Amino acid sequence: MSLLSLNQMKTSIGQYHVLHDVTFEVPQGGVFVLLGRNGAGKTTTLRSIMGLWKPSPGSVTFKGEDIAGQHASDIARKGIAFVPENMGVFGGLTVEENLVLATAKGKFDTTRLKRIYELFPALEQFWTKQSWSLSGGQKQMLSVARAIIEPRELILIDEPTKGLAPSIIDAMAEAFAEIGQSTTILLVEQNFNFAKRLGRGMAVIDDGRIAHTGSMADFAADTALQERLLSLSA
Amino acid sequence: MNQLSQTLGETLGRIGGVNLLPVAVGLIAFVLIGAPSSWVTLTVAGLSMGMMIFLMASGLSLIFGLMDVMNFGHSAFVSFGAFVSASALAYMSGWLGADSIFLNILALFLAFAAALAFGLVAGWFFEVVIIKPVYHDHLRQILITMGALIVSEQIILAVWGGAPVSVPRPAFLEGSWLLGDVTIEIYRAFAFALGLAVYIALYFVLKRTRIGLLIRAGVENREMVEALGFKINRLFVGVFMVGSALAALGGAMWAGYETLITPALGGEMMIVVFIVVIIGGLGSVEGTLLGAIMVGLMANYIGFLAPKLALASNMILMMAILLWRPSGLKPAVK
Repeated sequence: MSLLSLNQMKTSIGQYHVLHDVTFEVPQGGVFVLLGRNGAGKTTTLRSIMGLWKPSPGSVTFKGEDIAGQHASDIARKGIAFVPENMGVFGGLTVEENLVLATAKGKFDTTRLKRIYELFPALEQFWTKQSWSLSGGQKQMLSVARAIIEPRELILIDEPTKGLAPSIIDAMAEAFAEIGQSTTILLVEQNFNFAKRLGRGMAVIDDGRIAHTGSMADFAADTALQERLLSLSA
Repeated sequence: MNQLSQTLGETLGRIGGVNLLPVAVGLIAFVLIGAPSSWVTLTVAGLSMGMMIFLMASGLSLIFGLMDVMNFGHSAFVSFGAFVSASALAYMSGWLGADSIFLNILALFLAFAAALAFGLVAGWFFEVVIIKPVYHDHLRQILITMGALIVSEQIILAVWGGAPVSVPRPAFLEGSWLLGDVTIEIYRAFAFALGLAVYIALYFVLKRTRIGLLIRAGVENREMVEALGFKINRLFVGVFMVGSALAALGGAMWAGYETLITPALGGEMMIVVFIVVIIGGLGSVEGTLLGAIMVGLMANYIGFLAPKLALASNMILMMAILLWRPSGLKPAVK
């Protein structure tokens, strides 16, 4: 059974129709990757699921409930976390304050916090530092840590490798693989090598429409399809 | 120019940052004024003026930063606070002149409480009826809030009349302290103490409470706060109400300081309040305090040293600071 399913979702921003009948399903568990070229509609899809842009018409079903058109805060409370492309870290707040804000009652679950320290040791090191002073990679770690500081059923992650050094990308891939064992991740990514290391299922969006869905293993083996949908050369 | 600005910034950062600017201004003024007693009197006057402006401006800064709302009607709350408190003080004039300091303080407390309560209720009404329909539309915000300021002036004219209204002071705040050659007005010292107390309270709420965390986060990125599961619109209403109440309290303090007020008070204070918010950096209470103290000190020092430049001092200060730091002294978002 799928955890999230999008059925003919359309989103318009101002007078522009960005998404056209987007339909795909994200199964429970593991990492599902949404691929696409620049401007294809990947970020709009994530933001529409999160309620930051209102899709209409069409449906977004999460655990059997249609959440399309609901307020972002209500969607978050249903168990969906969002890691935006710009990381969304609050620069004037310390690492600790950023994380405490993401907890339900303002208190840390020590087991989860310990797990975060293991995944991202830099966050423990810079615990009391204001977040604006962190490097790009550390900000990305903080943004992901904020998404897992409370139990969530689905994490939407938008282009986490953008602008990061290769060593940080490797660390991020290991962290996502571990998080994906207990939580479902819907990952938007342009870095195909990163995506194919993590994804089980995948979809490709092109010009606001889903152009392909299937398993990542099959897609990774089909270079002609990659060339056609993503302009990737072997 | 860029290199000079960078060098100045680095040097200041090493020795305490922009917090030392009022100290530097004070030291330069000390040298130029020459007479220590005059300098102390002017400094106390500048600090107390700064604290009263801080009360009026702090709410506007948070509203600007958190809600991205250009509220040109903010000074209406300053005016209403001044007039409501003046009426309350006039009603309790018997208590103000009494020998009992307890009755003096009670009268002042009730007058300030009336101004605060009015600010809270009027702030709620203003946010829900006037601001909410024009979220995300700056042009309409400017037009409708300026319209609201004009309407509020007319309401004050209708209720209190056009003649200047005198504001009685409680007996315990009348007079001055004489320390050698130095004269310190008691009301000014009180204004400084009250402003400082409000700053400490705001600082505590913003830095040590969850609601403060939410406000600081919301100033930086409203959308992300919503994506974390919080309804930011409720926060908007709360911050708007508190900001309006603080403006009303600032107006009440200013009324006691001037002792004669007119319906044009709000419009007159508007420019100063906006300058302070811009100098301090949008959304930052610390920046607003720093900006307000700078404006208060400069107004008093320049008024003494070069009276003809007094009116322009705020503008000159704003231009100088924005050339150096385009986002203000301590912007909330880095």
